[in-house]
Amino acid sequence: MNIVVTVKQVPDTWAEKKLDAADKTVDRVSVDNVMNEMDEYGVEEALKIKEAHGGEVTVVTMGPAKAVETIRKALSMGADKAVHLTDDALHGSDALQTSAALAKVIATLSPDLVITATEASDARGGVMGALLAERLGLPQLTQARKVTVDPAAGKVSIERLADNGYALVEASLPAVVGVVEKINQPRYPSFKGIMAAKKKPLTTLSSGDAGLDAGSVGLAGAGSTVVDSQPAPPRQSGTIVKDEGDGGVKIADFLAAQKLI
Amino acid sequence: MEFEEPPEHTAIREAVRDICKGFDAEYWRQHEKNHEFPWKFHNEMAAAGWIGTAIPEEFGGGGGGITEASIVMEEVAASGGAMNAASALHISVFGMNPVVKYGSQAQKEKYLPRVATGELQVAFGVTEPDAGTDTTSITTRAVRDGDDYIVHGQKVWTTKGHVAEKVLLLVRTTPLEEVRKRTDGMTLLLADLRRPEVDIHQIDKIARNAVGSCEVRYDGLRVDGSDLVGEEGKGFKYLLDGLNPERILIAAEALGIGKAALRVATQYANERVVFGRPIGKNQGIAFPLAEAHMRLAAAELVIRQASWRYDQGLPCGEHANSAKFLASDAAFFAADRAMQTHGGFSFATEYPVGRFWAESRLMKIAPVSQEMVMNYISEHVLGLPRSY
Repeated sequence: MNIVVTVKQVPDTWAEKKLDAADKTVDRVSVDNVMNEMDEYGVEEALKIKEAHGGEVTVVTMGPAKAVETIRKALSMGADKAVHLTDDALHGSDALQTSAALAKVIATLSPDLVITATEASDARGGVMGALLAERLGLPQLTQARKVTVDPAAGKVSIERLADNGYALVEASLPAVVGVVEKINQPRYPSFKGIMAAKKKPLTTLSSGDAGLDAGSVGLAGAGSTVVDSQPAPPRQSGTIVKDEGDGGVKIADFLAAQKLI
Repeated sequence: MEFEEPPEHTAIREAVRDICKGFDAEYWRQHEKNHEFPWKFHNEMAAAGWIGTAIPEEFGGGGGGITEASIVMEEVAASGGAMNAASALHISVFGMNPVVKYGSQAQKEKYLPRVATGELQVAFGVTEPDAGTDTTSITTRAVRDGDDYIVHGQKVWTTKGHVAEKVLLLVRTTPLEEVRKRTDGMTLLLADLRRPEVDIHQIDKIARNAVGSCEVRYDGLRVDGSDLVGEEGKGFKYLLDGLNPERILIAAEALGIGKAALRVATQYANERVVFGRPIGKNQGIAFPLAEAHMRLAAAELVIRQASWRYDQGLPCGEHANSAKFLASDAAFFAADRAMQTHGGFSFATEYPVGRFWAESRLMKIAPVSQEMVMNYISEHVLGLPRSY
């Protein structure tokens, strides 16, 4: 199995996320950056499939030079090699452009299986898996809480998370599979993993290396533009109900007014 | 001169922090209070391979140096687990050094992989009621019986003695009065802590209670000849070899406690409002915390220098001793100021600063006192006459 897993470096989950004042892109400089937490589940699932069926796991990311830290973490967890698409020209690319760029890189790897997370915690678009599948011309299975691969039969089946249980869905390989957090418990990088990661192949590509037209990526050509943004308003203080023997009625009235009961 | 931390060291920090995040202040408070060994923490660290960091790869370890091991231990302590966390792992991380360096191939194959996985707990039995720093005065005696040894004697401050399967035990095979040099005639045995020949009692302590420290009596314990480490009579030399790396590890653990204390104190100073303003606005609170930060940063550099020298195979007695002295001093200063910052609440176990304070104080005493470090520097670095 030749498995590709996409990862993204994002501002730390608990950090206050800001947009750069000048170009309204996510500020990745003034905060600690980490691997998108949901991507850890994707990496873990890729490693488990490799352990069960053999093969190779390639990590693919697009992001600034610092994103190599996230690649290193995935390699430390056990991935075999990585491709880092990085270039100042890529800065400000939107989801459409990013998917085109990533698809171009992933296609050169001829994967049997592409694993993505459901979404990244910075932009929270949740569209990358679908965009990649479309651009690669592959079937997509989403919201997988369990993945079963049958390389001999050339198919992958999943338990797709649904509101009242799950649906069994299958596709022929190659395919794109999006996984949810329920799927596994990501392993911690081990000391051996960290030391071994230093020696694993890492390919760094510029947009030119990847065969991307200069005009097809970056803020200037983005299909969507952030016009303005405002910080979320501070939370309003709650309503205090004073119990003067009729507290229960007052609370019921309050909930009814909010259309909660 | 290169001061930037290599990416793999940063990765070690992050990976260890990830695990430690699962063990919060309440976990350590409960284990301290209940005198309960932190098995869950220990096992998770073992599963990710951190206990075996410095054990050679061919015996199931990570093959790292004391630099990597000290970074692991610093982060473990800095997570807030402090000594309870560090001591749960410490001996497994580097205690087997004499076996790695001087043990037989069979011993290494038999024991090291089990230590690396965290399955085998080995305690360290050197100190006796009447022989602490003055190690050559030990009286625990091993007498040959065929290929085996029979051990009688008493040890004290045997960390983890209550949970360990084996003990790396320093014994006299030749009594003090019969040797040419005081350092001769001592032998290292990898003995079983087998009852009833071994009697183990935990010492009632003022702190670091998640990891027990024991009084251990040996009454006719038979030790298989195959558990002799290296050569008979050379145990003291083997032990000396492990002192510098141990000091470096302890220094790193102290540094971690200091960082934890400073982090908690800074947060409290920002949040605690008295007279309508956060107490961190008062320079009487802020300046000592700033000083604590600088002292810790300075100690950290000396630790890095010492561990680098050890890993390069260079002499590092001066540096390892200095690191231990400076780091424990800086850690206790930070913890003491954290106590002052917390005011009366510092005495409530709800806050972790009391643990940091008591445990960092211990670092000024063990594994070697600050005074003995100064003796070393006076005599061996400055060339002054020996004082004891």
